[in-house]
Amino acid sequence: MTKIDDIRDTFFQECDDLLEALNDGLGQLGDSADDAAFDDQTVNAVFRAVHSIKGGAAAFALDSLVKFSHHFESVLDLMRSGKVQPSTDLLKTCQKAADHLTDLVASARSGNDQTSLYDQDLAAKLLAFGNSDSGEAAPPEQDFGFVPMIIPISLDFYTPTDTSTFIIKFVATYQLFANGNDPVHLFRELAELGEYSVSTDTSELPDFDDLKWDDIHIKWEIRLTTAHDLSDISDVFEFVDGLCALSILPLEDEIAAESPQLTEIAQQTTALMEPDAPTPADEDQKLQRATTEKISASPKASVRVDLDLVDKLINIVGELVINQAVLTQCIDDAGLPESSQTRASLNEFKSLARDIQENMMAIRAQSVKPLFQRMARIAREASDIAGKSVRFETLGETTEVDRTVIERLVDPLTHIIRNSVDHGVEDPARRREAGKPETGCITLSAAHRSGRVLIEVSDDGAGINRPKVLEIAISKGLISADAVLSDSEIDQLLFLPGFSTAKVVTNLSGRGVGMDVVRSAIQKLGGRVNISSQPGKGTTIAFSLPLTLAVLDGMVVNVAGQTMVVPITAIIETLRPKAEDIHLIGAEGYVVSIRNKLIPIIDLGQAFGHRKQVGRLSEMVLLLVESDRKQPWALAVDGIYDQRQVVIKSLENNYGHVPGVAAATILGDGKIALIIDPEEATERSRPQGQMRQLQGLEEV
Amino acid sequence: MQSAAQISQTDLRELVTFKVGEQDYCIDIMSVREIRGWTPATVLPYAPPYVLGVINLRGTIVPIVDLSARLNLGRSEPDSRHVVVITAVNNQMVGLLVNSVSDIMSVSRSAVQPVPEAASEAAGAHIEGVIAIDDRMLRVIDLQVVIPSIGEREIG
Repeated sequence: MTKIDDIRDTFFQECDDLLEALNDGLGQLGDSADDAAFDDQTVNAVFRAVHSIKGGAAAFALDSLVKFSHHFESVLDLMRSGKVQPSTDLLKTCQKAADHLTDLVASARSGNDQTSLYDQDLAAKLLAFGNSDSGEAAPPEQDFGFVPMIIPISLDFYTPTDTSTFIIKFVATYQLFANGNDPVHLFRELAELGEYSVSTDTSELPDFDDLKWDDIHIKWEIRLTTAHDLSDISDVFEFVDGLCALSILPLEDEIAAESPQLTEIAQQTTALMEPDAPTPADEDQKLQRATTEKISASPKASVRVDLDLVDKLINIVGELVINQAVLTQCIDDAGLPESSQTRASLNEFKSLARDIQENMMAIRAQSVKPLFQRMARIAREASDIAGKSVRFETLGETTEVDRTVIERLVDPLTHIIRNSVDHGVEDPARRREAGKPETGCITLSAAHRSGRVLIEVSDDGAGINRPKVLEIAISKGLISADAVLSDSEIDQLLFLPGFSTAKVVTNLSGRGVGMDVVRSAIQKLGGRVNISSQPGKGTTIAFSLPLTLAVLDGMVVNVAGQTMVVPITAIIETLRPKAEDIHLIGAEGYVVSIRNKLIPIIDLGQAFGHRKQVGRLSEMVLLLVESDRKQPWALAVDGIYDQRQVVIKSLENNYGHVPGVAAATILGDGKIALIIDPEEATERSRPQGQMRQLQGLEEV
Repeated sequence: MQSAAQISQTDLRELVTFKVGEQDYCIDIMSVREIRGWTPATVLPYAPPYVLGVINLRGTIVPIVDLSARLNLGRSEPDSRHVVVITAVNNQMVGLLVNSVSDIMSVSRSAVQPVPEAASEAAGAHIEGVIAIDDRMLRVIDLQVVIPSIGEREIG
């Protein structure tokens, strides 16, 4: 990879952050649009994001991107200066512009030509906002040639023709030097602008003995008399923006700040110096000031790491965990006493391995915020197409989840949200009839719950039309006409393959991709989908997902002689049943009565085909597991060996999905044990499940 | 001399030959990753009869196919004398259980003949061609067909 590609990559990585900040800011503005107090800081942040994208794009000659962000920036600038009132309509357009900007960045990243993508209408709309609301105060639509980093400024336009004096205060940070900058070069550049003198403030310099070599103790004050204006001076500091505390003030301001009686004169002077129309270069300088203010609260230091490297490390940690299991086995086999030094060291090794592994997971974890922002956009677009008014709210967007999980959530969530807009929320007329506000509300929330992540999409729509669902399921032959189903069972019908309730195939949903695909995608992640609905009140679809795809805490069990692993998170309790508590319903329907509740039993050994008949249940151990159908199941196993952390190894790379099995793991003796998916295992254990063969394995 | 060198570059195919039951089979050497002795595999539920289970190959889960059962020659009773040929096709790794590995040989591409009509349809489906060498006949296995394909569904 060439160097320019590297820089390009960095630019796009930064774009991700900037777009996130942009969406964030617009979201905040949207929330506060009704309030009188419009947050200047937020508008600034939004402006800065767009401006930085424009700047970077210009460097790579991404013309469409530059052009569009320029229009966008102009409108934001007017908002910032209060020349345009932030109406709901304007904010909506800004949202759209942000979406479009995201598209442009994405297409530029993949190296496509963005000219065809460029949304002329949207640009025109932005322009219209700039012109109509602000009258003549709008900046003239100048042809910059779209190279905004170097802006030709005609000096006789507004700058005082005579020279003026500026006081520049400059404090470098450690980072400035670390990046290879040197204040001397900056000062030299300043010297070229005019007459200047530097004074060094060494008052904070400690005694030599206390001196820490990499701390910054020196401040500089520069007095510069120049014919150039403020923006030229701040341009000098462009490359150290954010790496230093900087203030550039005209001498008058400086005096004003120090001697109150001169304030009036200073104000007059600044009023004279105020340009008729702000130019982008001027904005730069304002921005710089804004940045300067914030510098004290510098963000936590972080590094960008290649994702492959992290993945590699995760794999190595996985091997480490396996290796530790091997060692444990060896030591057990050697029959060392419990108190031996080796065992103590091994325990230490165990906890270290766990520490490393947990921290690695934390590195891989990412907040769901970008995902949620993407979904906000999906909801916006979907409601536009459907002609419905929908408010999209998010909760818990700082929740951190493994990034693979996040990536693989995009498609299912998109589908669910489109569904919510299309089928969940009613159209405005029907909402009025039902006595609800016309604007529907869709909430997307994320939260950690007992070692798993719970992601919920809920709407305040009409809820699932159960009679209709039933009718369709019968007409499509999915269930028999005389089936009697509970409400939640009817809701589950939505997940059956080949079920789609949309009367008309709309643009949004009903493209033949059903909820069954959503469910299988979530199941592939080791997750579960649950749906609940109240007529007239709305529907909630919940995904419960594992925090990570690399390891899990499992109970190692014996299933008819085979070693298998059951995820601990799924197990509610374990028990040894008394013979009198086990009852038989029909020929093979075993149930166990626990605290006066009857719970169905599945003999895993029989379910997985390791033995023909159900084993002697009274001699087995029952694991009570959660089920999405709100009903616990008891999994019968022949014994429990151990409880330990296991590394998840995919079966699907080389083989395919095995019903009832989530993945595999490698035990201490190097053997493979299968990890049971309790949810699927209980599902498959019903008669039709056992007969099913793996799709991909049938004769080709 | 020159023509012989050309042949070796363009026209020769290196094959790993092995025995399944009493028959000689072979596969292209490029799809072979390694050859190892049989170790007991972990049984997979709901698997077709010819899939013996999965083994741990240095951290990778590799399914083992009983080639004899797959080619309808009857199931094998694997023991430590059996050999597993680990193959990789389209990034999918699968082990083939065979009775023994015999040889590595180079044959000219033109030596591979189409499967004779006489072969039953079921047996013929797994073979992409046959090679007659001396008194023996080598059957070239079509790995794409023999290896269980991964059933994948994606959200559209």
